[in-house]
Amino acid sequence: MTEALPTLWFVLIAVLWCGYLFLEGFDLGVGMLMKLMARNDTQRRVLLNTVGPVWDGNEVWLVTAVGATFAAFPYWYASLLSALYLPFLLVLLGLIFRAVGFEWRGKRHSDAWRNGWDWAIALGSFAAAAGIGAALALTTTGLPLNENGDRVGGAFAWATWPALLGAAAVVLFCLVHAAAFIALKTDGGVRRQADRLFRRLLPVAMLPFLGWALLVQLDTGSVLTWLAVVAAAAGLTAAYRFSAVGRDGRAFAALGLAMLALVGSIFGAVFPVVLPSTVDPAFDLTVQNASSSPYTLGLMSIVACFGVPLVLAYQAWTYWVFRRRVSESSIPPAHAVTAL
Amino acid sequence: MEALEIARWQFGITTVYHFIMVPLTIGLGLLVAVMQTLWYRTGQDHYLRMTKFWGKLFLINFIVGVATGLVQEFQFGMAWSEYSRFVGDVFGAPLAMEALLAFFVESTFLGLWIFGWGRLPRLVHLLSLWTAVLASVFSAYFILVANSWMQHPVGVEMVDGRPVMVDAWAVFTNNTALVAFPHTLFGCLAVAGAFLLGISWYHLWKRRHDGLDTLGPDGKVVVGAGSGARDAADHTVWLRSARAGALVAMIAFAGTGITGDLQGKLMFDQQPMKMAAAEAACHDGTGFSILSVGNLGAQSCDDITAVIEVPGVLSFLANGDFTTEVKGVNTLLPEYQEKYGTHLPDDPMYGELAGSEIDYLPVMEVTYWGFRIMIGFGAIAAAASAAALWVLRRGTVPESRWLMRLAVFGILAPFGANIAGWVFTEMGRQPFVVAPNPDPTGIDGVFMFTAAAVSPGVSVPELVTSLVLLTLVYAALLVVEVKLLFTYVRGGTASAMPELAHSDDPDGTGGSHDGRKDDGDVLAFAY
Ligand code: HDD
Ligand code: HEM
Ligand code: HEM
Repeated sequence: MTEALPTLWFVLIAVLWCGYLFLEGFDLGVGMLMKLMARNDTQRRVLLNTVGPVWDGNEVWLVTAVGATFAAFPYWYASLLSALYLPFLLVLLGLIFRAVGFEWRGKRHSDAWRNGWDWAIALGSFAAAAGIGAALALTTTGLPLNENGDRVGGAFAWATWPALLGAAAVVLFCLVHAAAFIALKTDGGVRRQADRLFRRLLPVAMLPFLGWALLVQLDTGSVLTWLAVVAAAAGLTAAYRFSAVGRDGRAFAALGLAMLALVGSIFGAVFPVVLPSTVDPAFDLTVQNASSSPYTLGLMSIVACFGVPLVLAYQAWTYWVFRRRVSESSIPPAHAVTAL
Repeated sequence: MEALEIARWQFGITTVYHFIMVPLTIGLGLLVAVMQTLWYRTGQDHYLRMTKFWGKLFLINFIVGVATGLVQEFQFGMAWSEYSRFVGDVFGAPLAMEALLAFFVESTFLGLWIFGWGRLPRLVHLLSLWTAVLASVFSAYFILVANSWMQHPVGVEMVDGRPVMVDAWAVFTNNTALVAFPHTLFGCLAVAGAFLLGISWYHLWKRRHDGLDTLGPDGKVVVGAGSGARDAADHTVWLRSARAGALVAMIAFAGTGITGDLQGKLMFDQQPMKMAAAEAACHDGTGFSILSVGNLGAQSCDDITAVIEVPGVLSFLANGDFTTEVKGVNTLLPEYQEKYGTHLPDDPMYGELAGSEIDYLPVMEVTYWGFRIMIGFGAIAAAASAAALWVLRRGTVPESRWLMRLAVFGILAPFGANIAGWVFTEMGRQPFVVAPNPDPTGIDGVFMFTAAAVSPGVSVPELVTSLVLLTLVYAALLVVEVKLLFTYVRGGTASAMPELAHSDDPDGTGGSHDGRKDDGDVLAFAY
């Protein structure tokens, strides 16, 4: 049983990352589309309000994934975050600007103010998506780590092709995923735009993600994980078809499931290595040598057992409460605050 | 500068910054939830206005707490990887639980509250706020459990040179955490109380200044009415807020005093050097220093003289009596040296400090004044609140612009007390990042020097980059936040309730926000 706990936690952390990519995936994409798709202020506010009630909750999936890694695999947490010091700094700055942008954008009545925060939201979302993508790709393909798990080779030793591939994979996924989400959550002109964008992007946008999955499969794939890649490809085709016949909900779900299958295939293939060392395979961090004690893992398992389903339940309820489509006509006029 | 110093500055700056937002979030959140509860129960318009106005300020501040909290979660791994490896088995758990059990609830239910006005049934909407606010209180508990373990390691066993959790109950009921938690909560309420009082004072003053409210022959207020939101109910909003704020601030200070006394007693057992340094107490004795002069920063006890000392008080703080001698620095230093060594091991994990002499005395200027500023600022805020309550018995405030400014500035006092308290706590723990505990209830031998905690693989330029960028971004955010707060404060309740500004019928507005909106209206609130 105690042998199984680290494996269980590996699965759980993969689940947390899946939750993060699935949920924050669309709000990061919506952030980028603030500059790439929306044409005027009302459209931007439509986009913002599709994620308004939920983006902060989505972001906590990241906080939890990172916190759970700390608790369950402290060596993985320490090595990954210190080796990728600058990428994570970029992620943090991106998330900071995005967060305050969401909340403060509408709090003053000036075009320069709004435009500034629109850029903060768009670039912040981009930086966060790219940095997370690079970090996830690197933890599956390897970093130059010494026997203590510390990075060798300088501050940019992580800047490799897999990092770029991972960054592109997550950024582009967020964009199509957001297009599908907006098509599902809005009405009128914005919906039509998003719908078209989705079908234009889909054929190319998931290629880097597939490339990353294949890169990992070629190295350590098993029959099962190859099957997951095939399933993902089928899901992507289905997503296109659904969108073409106007089934927004199914298109969104099919794309999301395809992404989950890809992430599953990647994490499944690298198991039991959580962070390979490109210096010497003997320095690899694995599910066994990076984990916390069985006692801590057991405690955390109990907490997760009732915590995770609870989170899923009340977050699902939130999506239900705010299920209505937003359109340009439902956006109230902006309100200017004036001193007494 | 070397990596260690930069990492320490970075941790200090980012955490202190986070803890500017956090107490306001926790304290104000609780008060807004009470306001909305009162509105729910009585249906009185001024409670709705209070909820909306203070809720708006709460949200402007909340988001910066979120943004800066994110950095906290990552920086242990980024800049303190050796620390994370050492403590991960026990320290990671409360952090992960904080995210899973508190942050998820907080962010999700706050989203429901913000966007749920008019969409959720009123009771559900109210409960959403309570849920979010209580989750933020919970988050404080979890993070304090983590921090308290650094002050007082419990519930672990050393396995292969590393602490491994064996008793979660001991970790989560660490006596250090159980007193730090209420102490911190009272500190948060002190912040919120002063915030309510200062801002309401401004509005009461402004109403007098603009000639809306006047004093009648009996010296009591005669409430007038202006246009839009500045009706008679507006006066009630500010008067109630001001009184509530003053009361909360006073109670909170009493609370910090009682719990702080308990903390002090624990601290004398658990980290005697920290308390000796807080007192600049070189020699054993019983007296509490009101003023000590000499070179506190000299890192030696040779030229410090206690100018004013109250005999017995130190003993009371430590032991609850007036006669037991409390150990001073000169007695403690040799004890520490004997137990934990005079020099750091000659191990590369200590970086440039490897093999150097260990300085067990924290920077006394900081601990001594940190302790006194914490108590002093808290006391000032409480005394001012008592005076304010007295003044407010007339139902308004004097016309004096200076008094108004003082009330607004007074908001800063409890913030200062909080920051001073943390700086004292964290710097008083040096040179350890996990403090060894001679106390029998803790586990002696579990400790870590700060010098060993920093990430070995991270270079100085990387740390400088993050220190500079984070500091600049944080400074900019603080400026923007304060400006936004000022804008919304100046706008009064109408800034949070546009319908009041345009209304010619101020009394009829209360009814239009409650209950559900009709189905065609998708957004009751929009970004
Ligand atoms: C408005 C804020 C505020 C006020 C008025 C006080 N404190 Fe405090 N104090 C804090 C805010 C704070 C804090 C920021 O919340 C700290 C930092 C760590 C902690 O647990 O709480 C703290 C820590 C702290 C510690 C622990 C140091 C450690 O853990 O190393 C002691 C002994 C005291 N306080 C004692 C007092 C006493 C005797 C007070 C008398 C009234 C007092 N505090 C007022
Ligand atoms: C769980 C909570 C906390 C943890 C785990 C923690 C941990 C640490 C660590 C690792 C350091 C760096 C090493 C050192 O110089 O001591 C540090 C320093 C510091 N922390 Fe904390 N801290 C926590 C809470 C806080 C809070 C809430 C504040 C204040 C708002 C704070 C203020 C500081 C300061 C000012 C320093 C710099 C001390 C120095 O430079 O000597 N800490 N803390
Ligand atoms: C030094 C260790 C700390 C860490 C790792 C940390 C972590 C975080 C994180 C990740 C968030 C963002 C949550 C979100 O996205 O919604 C956050 C916010 C928050 N933190 Fe911290 N925090 C630290 C110190 C503290 C302390 C000492 C307290 C309270 C006593 C505290 C209380 C809060 C609260 C109430 C929030 C909610 C939002 C807000 O701040 O406005 N944190 N923290």
